[in-house]
Order: sequence, then C-alpha cells, then structure tokens
Amino acid sequence: MLEVRLQKRFAPTGDTAGFELNAQFQVGAGTTVLFGPSGSGKSLTLDLIAGFSKPDGGRILLNDRLLVDVGTGVFLPPQQRGCGYLFQRHALFPHMSLRENLTFAATSLPKLERHRKVNQLLESFRLTEIAGRRPNEVSGGQRQRCSIARALVVEPAVLLLDEPSTGLDTTLRHEFYEILARIRDEFSVPVLLVTHDLEEAFILADQMHVLIDGRIAQSGSPREILNQPASAGVADLLGLFNLLPAEIKQLDPGANRSKLKWNDVDLEGPYYPARLLGDRVTVCVRRDEIAVTPKMGKAEKGSLVLTLEASSETARTALLHFAGGLIVELPLEEFAENRHHSEWTLRFPTSTLRIL
Amino acid sequence: MDYFPLVLSLEVAIAATAISLVIALLVAWALSFLEFRGKDLLDAAIALPLVLPPTVLGYYLLIVLGRESWLGRAWESLTGSPLVFTPKAAVIAAIVHSAPLLTKYLRAAIESVDPIYIKAARSLGLPEWTIYLRVVLPLCQRAIAASAVLAFARSLGDFGVTIMIAGNIPGKTQTLSVAIYDAVESGNASLARTLVLIVSAIGLLVVWAANRMNPPQALRS
Repeated sequence: MLEVRLQKRFAPTGDTAGFELNAQFQVGAGTTVLFGPSGSGKSLTLDLIAGFSKPDGGRILLNDRLLVDVGTGVFLPPQQRGCGYLFQRHALFPHMSLRENLTFAATSLPKLERHRKVNQLLESFRLTEIAGRRPNEVSGGQRQRCSIARALVVEPAVLLLDEPSTGLDTTLRHEFYEILARIRDEFSVPVLLVTHDLEEAFILADQMHVLIDGRIAQSGSPREILNQPASAGVADLLGLFNLLPAEIKQLDPGANRSKLKWNDVDLEGPYYPARLLGDRVTVCVRRDEIAVTPKMGKAEKGSLVLTLEASSETARTALLHFAGGLIVELPLEEFAENRHHSEWTLRFPTSTLRIL
Repeated sequence: MDYFPLVLSLEVAIAATAISLVIALLVAWALSFLEFRGKDLLDAAIALPLVLPPTVLGYYLLIVLGRESWLGRAWESLTGSPLVFTPKAAVIAAIVHSAPLLTKYLRAAIESVDPIYIKAARSLGLPEWTIYLRVVLPLCQRAIAASAVLAFARSLGDFGVTIMIAGNIPGKTQTLSVAIYDAVESGNASLARTLVLIVSAIGLLVVWAANRMNPPQALRS
C-alpha cells in the first residue's frame, strides 16, 4: 500500500503561470490509474514518489516505510525507495544488450541468483532469443517488454508507469495491456499508472484518481466515476457528458420525481435529496444515455424536438450536435439510416439526469 | 637536430593528460552530480588557471612545491630529489594548463547524457558511483575521448608555467615551446622554424582528430 500526500508549488515566471500540486491518495493492490489532462501534475506526482524531485510538503508511506516526510526532514534517495519506474521512452541503456540491461539492474543480487532471475525474466517476457541484441536492434514492443522485465528484476514494492502506451500502435497497446494484467496476477506488484487516455484508464484501472489542476477531484472505480462524476470539471474531462444549466422547478420525494427547466425545456428527473426549489444546478447527462429518434409525424408529449445542427463520426459511433450545445452519441448504423432527417425527438430517461 | 624537446614534450603531455583525466573525471562528477556547500567556489577555483597569467600560476606553484616549502621538502625526503626544475615539474605545469579546460569539457560531456538514463538507473537502486562509471561515462565516451585529445594538445603547448617551475635546462627540462623561445632568443631561426612547424602540425592533427570523434556541439572547435 502506497499512501501519498504531497504539496509542491511553482511560482509563476515570465512566460509560465504558477502551479500548485496538492494531492492526497492511496495506491492499493492491483492497478491504480492517475487520470488527468496534460499539465495537471500527473508526471510530477510520479517523479515525487520515485524521488526524482523534492516536495515542499507532505509525506509518502510505502508499506509502512517512510519514503518522504517533509515535516521531519526524511527524504530517501530514489535508490532506497523500491519504486520501479517505467518511462515513456523505455530508457534501456543503449550501450548494453537486453540481457546486460537486466544483469546490470540486478547488480546487488548474489551472482547465482542474479543469473537465475535474469534468465527467468527473459524467458517470461519472450526475450531469450534476442537477449544478446542492443535496444536499437529490437522492435518497440520488445523494448517495452525488456524495460518492464528490467524494472521487475529488482522486485520493486510498487511499479510507476508514466504514460506507457503513448506512441504505441493498437496491436502493441493491447499486448502491453496483457503484460500489465500479468504483472498484477503473477508478480502481484501494485501498479500506479499515469494516463490522459480515458479508454486506457477504463481498461486498466481497478481504482482511479482524477487529477485536475494539481488536486484529486475524484477517486473511485472507473465505473463509479462514470456513473456519478463528482464535479463539472470531472464530467468535462471525461468528455462523455452534456452539462446543462437548469433550475429545479418541482421536487416530489414521495414519487421520487422532480422537474427541471433547461432553456425553456422541461426535464423530468429523480428526486434530488438536499436540494431546494429554485436551486440553480448543472444537469449532467451522458451523451449515449439520451434516447434519440428521427421525428416522425407529431411529437409525443413530454419529448423534446430539436434541430440537428451538425454531426461527426468516429469508428463506432456518430455524435449529433443539436441546438443549445447538446451532444448525443448514437451507434453509427443507427445514424447512417437516418442521417437525412433534420428534426429529431429526444427523450431523457429519468434516472440519467444527475445533478452536480 | 636535437629531438630531445619533442620527445620530452610528448612524454610530459601523455603523463599530464592521463593525470588530468583522472582529476577532471572526479571534479566533473562532483560538480554535476553532488550538492555540497562551496560547490560554486570549487567551480570558480577550477576555472582560475584559465584566467590567471601563467607567471602568477608559476609563482604560486614555486611557493607550494619549491625546495623550501613543506610539500617540496616532503617530496625531497621521500624521493631524494627535488620536485621543481625536473621533468616532473613540467608534468605538473602541463596539468595546471590542461586540467581546468578538461574539467569544463567533461562536465559538458556528462551533462549531455540524457537524464532519463540516470533516473532509470537510480530507480533500479544502483549506487551513484556505479551509475557514473557504467552508464554516464560509456554514454559520452566519444566526447571524453575528444576532450582528452584536446587536453593532450593543450598540455603540449604550455610555456609560462613550465618555464617558471621546470626552467629551461636543455636535455633535462627543455620542452618544445621552451626550446622555440630559446632558439629565437639565440638567433637560431631555422631550428625555431622547424619546431614551430612540428608544433603546428601536431596541433592541426589533434583538432582534426577531436572533431572526427563527433563530440557534442559545446566541444567543437
């Protein structure tokens, strides 16, 4: 278990704005993802944990071992931390063969054990055949496997990964995800992975911390965070939501119902505890949870008819942009059949209207 | 023609380059990788020989190493012969002349190594000293070789400090540059010309060789 509480401040300079990291989170067994936009302090956090940079305040505990405690002046050098670090660019020593990279990393082990361990890891990561080659003589995937094997040879207490899949193509990316799953199951090393890729966070994370502007905005499983973003900032970052400014017009706890008004449109949501009539709130509704059909004949009561302003397509889905800035996601085939329609009927299922 | 000055100069330059390299590798490591009090002072002190007149340096060395000094007497009682006005003094003069520049070159060379490799090695638990010897130095070995070659050329060319502490004793401490001065003073123009051409040719060869070693931009001549 890694427990992190960190503060670090950067004063603004001529051409950069100031920045303050003030984050507190835990990393347990399995894979923990630190998810955030670029510039949110993710890599800085990893550097502070690994000991490449000194925090201004806070402390770091790894399995009850104190790595950093600014209050009492404890600052272990990176060598004594037991934090494996995987770099985006792999950082294999270019003047050594793959085998030498592992052997050199294991310098502190007794000779026989070192030999056994290096062979075992080379075998386990399918590198035995090419172990005599230099990093520049092998493929990107092999380099990545080797850098993971090298990090594991010293049996780290936690593995830190800095945007490890940036620059990998889809095949390599999925191969890498399988390796990470193996690290979790076979080597049982807790993993802290930094990414700004939502898809990746969802594939890998057992636990996820959302970092925005140097602060943890929300923690939970990816599913929990997607179901109930804690703030407009988180919802915005996930990029899958419509955020609609609305006013509470009616609250009915008995029927678990409420009425909201957004842009002269009445929306029906569940009962919102601890809210009052007239409250101005932000309604947060996922793009793919809005039911949308082309308008045929007369609109039924309680539904909303909007004009399609634009549409864009991704590999699997179409994004429909409606008046008022509303975006709805639709499976591609469904949209393809109806793309000529300009008027669409929208319905908001009651349970999908979360308010922030 | 007497080849003694040429041979002596080459011997002195080789010895001085080897010793300078060890000193410079240690100092460059300390300046690049360690945080300690007085680091700026050490940095400035290293650069001092580059700005002080050679006669001033020679004067200091005479005081520190002369037969009356503590160090000079210790040396003499150990080896039975004085340090100053011997070929060994010429080596010391050449070290003073080349080590500061070599330190600057080496520092530029080791700081040109991508820090990601150092971070990686640290996260693997490797000691700082091992990282320096087995990661940093191998990754900039070409730049180190180029720097050593330039330091060799510089060791070959010292005049001021050499004449102050090693003197001008033909057949004993007379190096190439001192011999040139001597030849001009005594009106031996053809000897002076020959020696000058030899020094120039060596210098040209060395700079060409150093550039061929493809050092980082900071070291290009």
